[in-house]
Amino acid sequence: MRAFALITLLLAGCAGQQSAMHVAGDQAATLISLFRLMMWVCGIAYLLVILFLGWGLIRRRSAADTSEQPYHKLMAGWVGFILLGLILLVVASFLADRSLGQRQQVPLQVRVTGHQWWWRIEYQAGNGRWIETANELHLPAGVPVLLELRAADVIHSFWVPNLAGKMDMIPGKINRMTVTGRTNGWFRGQCAEFCGTQHANMALAVKVEQVGEFDRWLAGQARPVSPGEGVAAGRKVFESASCAVCHQVRGTEARGRVGPDLTHVASRRTIAAGTAPMTHGSLRGWIIQPQAIKPGTSMPPSDLSPQDAEAVASYLETLR
Amino acid sequence: MSQRHEQLQATWSDPPGIWGFLTTVNPRRIAARYVLTAIALLILSGLLALDMRVQLSQPQMHRMTAQLYNESFALHGSTMLFLVSVPVMEAMAMWLVPLMLGQRTMAFPRLNAFSYWLYLGGVMMLWVPHTLGVTPDLGWFEYPPLSGPSYSPGHRADIWAQMITFTEVAALAVSVNVAVTILKMRPPGMTLAKMPAFLWAMLVSAVMTIIALPAVMLVTSMLIADRLVSTHFFSPAGGGDVLLFQHLFWFFGHPEVYIIFLPGVGFVSAIVETFSRRRLFGHVPVVLSMLAIAILAFGLWVHHMFAVGLPKVGNALYTAASMAIALPAGIQIFCFIATIALGKPSYRTPLLWIIAFILTFVIGGLSGIMTASAPLDLQLTDTYFVVAHLHYVLIGGAMFPLFGAFTYWYPKATGRLMSDGWGIVSCALIVGGFNIAFFPMHILGLMGMPRRIYTYGPEMGWGDLNLVATGGTVIASVGASIFVANALISYWRGKRSGADPWSGSTLEWATRSPPSNYAFADVPVVQSAAPMWDNPLGPFPVMRGLSSRCREALVTSLVDANPQCRQPSPGPSIWPLVAALVTSALFVGSIYTPWALVWGAVPLALVLTAWFWPTRPRRKEAQA
Repeated sequence: MRAFALITLLLAGCAGQQSAMHVAGDQAATLISLFRLMMWVCGIAYLLVILFLGWGLIRRRSAADTSEQPYHKLMAGWVGFILLGLILLVVASFLADRSLGQRQQVPLQVRVTGHQWWWRIEYQAGNGRWIETANELHLPAGVPVLLELRAADVIHSFWVPNLAGKMDMIPGKINRMTVTGRTNGWFRGQCAEFCGTQHANMALAVKVEQVGEFDRWLAGQARPVSPGEGVAAGRKVFESASCAVCHQVRGTEARGRVGPDLTHVASRRTIAAGTAPMTHGSLRGWIIQPQAIKPGTSMPPSDLSPQDAEAVASYLETLR
Repeated sequence: MSQRHEQLQATWSDPPGIWGFLTTVNPRRIAARYVLTAIALLILSGLLALDMRVQLSQPQMHRMTAQLYNESFALHGSTMLFLVSVPVMEAMAMWLVPLMLGQRTMAFPRLNAFSYWLYLGGVMMLWVPHTLGVTPDLGWFEYPPLSGPSYSPGHRADIWAQMITFTEVAALAVSVNVAVTILKMRPPGMTLAKMPAFLWAMLVSAVMTIIALPAVMLVTSMLIADRLVSTHFFSPAGGGDVLLFQHLFWFFGHPEVYIIFLPGVGFVSAIVETFSRRRLFGHVPVVLSMLAIAILAFGLWVHHMFAVGLPKVGNALYTAASMAIALPAGIQIFCFIATIALGKPSYRTPLLWIIAFILTFVIGGLSGIMTASAPLDLQLTDTYFVVAHLHYVLIGGAMFPLFGAFTYWYPKATGRLMSDGWGIVSCALIVGGFNIAFFPMHILGLMGMPRRIYTYGPEMGWGDLNLVATGGTVIASVGASIFVANALISYWRGKRSGADPWSGSTLEWATRSPPSNYAFADVPVVQSAAPMWDNPLGPFPVMRGLSSRCREALVTSLVDANPQCRQPSPGPSIWPLVAALVTSALFVGSIYTPWALVWGAVPLALVLTAWFWPTRPRRKEAQA
């Protein structure tokens, strides 16, 4: 019970950008109410144990008072309490599970693929086309979205606690889950299955926004870069150096598919899957010495001159 | 009497010096080695945990790199589960079971020796490479494909997988030994119905080990095959299935928790009975609960896999099966408290550990009900909530009873009592520090902190609770140091205990402390599950007839413990050690080449032949 009070206290206090207690979606709401029910039942059970133990330790003992009879009755009551509690919790759990599993009409489908250590995100755009971005998921508020979860290398787990419980991303398998955002705002998700050296720095920025705003964002993401766009010098270095081998900037010569799509990289809040904020400085640092920022990352240290790296950072910064 | 004592002492003695050390088959001598090795590893793993807590105490600490942190938690988890928890419980069984049966030895004394040497091989398999900078870095579970050949080159994963083969062969050897000893070597009168709850716990745990462990040996062997000879058990590209690993691993992994927990229940039963000065309330429900836990344990491994996306049809079943554990566990807790309430409790250190067990373990059990719920587990699994839960269950449910057991049986093993005052201080510090360290982790998990991350940003808001948790760990470490110091100092300075300092209920208290080489000159005849209390004044009824000139043990019938025969018992032998060395060479070699299995089998066959070579002369001597 003390724990419950403490948790409620914290619920009010913390920022909760990545928290199962700070509910911002339908699925998370179902789960937190199940958790509250569990807290009540388990809290009462613990209280009973403490009371019985406390009484057993301090009670006055008389020589005549060693009959086991009352304890048999007490045990029967205890077993009955446990059984009732378990039945209640199993049923509640079953109902919650069923509500999470309901397949409703879903207007929007998003494919999220886990990589060591970043997220590839593709929005279904009709006629078989997919709009690609990375490490930042936008969701229209109030609209159920079907997430198709895959893994490119090892097992990862998709988890945005404010919106829903987690679901593993498993090589050779496609998992699906429905997420319905309710509260507008920025949230944070994080890989929840240990996936290697930089498991800790595999985060996902999630924005729940009004449908109109979302549609504008998606249209922006769908647009390829126009021929003259961006800092020309940086673009030239990007396409001629090793950058373009792994990264794609749609509408240009850069067509690599190994690393994250960078077509609108500057529109994102962070780089390297939540490792650093999106600023000119961290872009340049990431280009020159990625291993210093995220040791173990697949991004190789670059052989660019400081001027070239500066130019590439300036170029990327214009890709909004 | 004295002449007989000297003759028995000579018959059951080891050769002097180092040769005796290497060839001994005395179960108490081997078990003591097991316990001391496990305690040393417990301390090392605890230091690793302390180091990790420093790294996590505040956001963006730089005490450890990502790689070092990953190695630390992998080493901590693997050591604690495979090299500490299971072996230390088996060692306690090896030490106590023959004494509680009033027997001179166990069913297969040489198998014990083999088991220890192989266990030591497993310890070295993990820790010697660690000192050379090659440490497994993928957790205690090593899921493929991350542990497969593509993502884990080098030998880190092989070392982990083969360490498991070592320890599991060792564990199987002890478990078979414990199960057979309990089933076939009970003293006359100790029918299954009159068997102390401690022995039931050890029996059930041993049988569970025999059923559960082959699954993990199989799965790690498959992993080694994938890595060494390019099989495709776990590679989706080759038609394998990565989830097969998880199913097999958890088919072992969940029963493992109860394999660790049930001996804890055994310790609690024994301690509660003695210190409440009253027979265990609800002996039958407690034993039936153990059996129920053992059966349920094999039907709920999927609750470790609720997030992998299995069909929802099974969820309700696995949820119900997992939650159902609360019933037998709740009955056991009730019976322990009722025993205290009905008795006249004496608040010595062992009983305090049991009270700590009840207060702590019940929290772990209740958070277990939460994680057992398939939908709710999607929020809880792989977060700090689970870290809190598993430590409440394993430390609260198994380690606290173990510390109680250590204090309780310390005078039996050394002839001296540990200090009660320092015992209370260390108990309070460990239990208090533990709760300060691990309770906040429940909240951290709900606040979104995942497991196995080496650092986190200040904006996450996890810093304060993590600092509290680290503070708790420091307090518990101080308590642990006092506990160790108390044990060491008491070994030389402790008050002499005599044979039965606590007025214990079971047979181990009938023999001297520390027990002589042969422990019991004659097998006691018992009338109840608390034989020491049956006839407190009169002499103990015994069954005579076992030879004092050669090693013999009494074999009795399975259910009623009627005497059946005198079994010759093997003496000291070097062959278990040689066999363990050859097996170790085979295991280590098979990391590098599959041919090690083929060529290693030849010397192994030779050594085993030597080990099992019939020794007729001793038979004749026995009949003479």
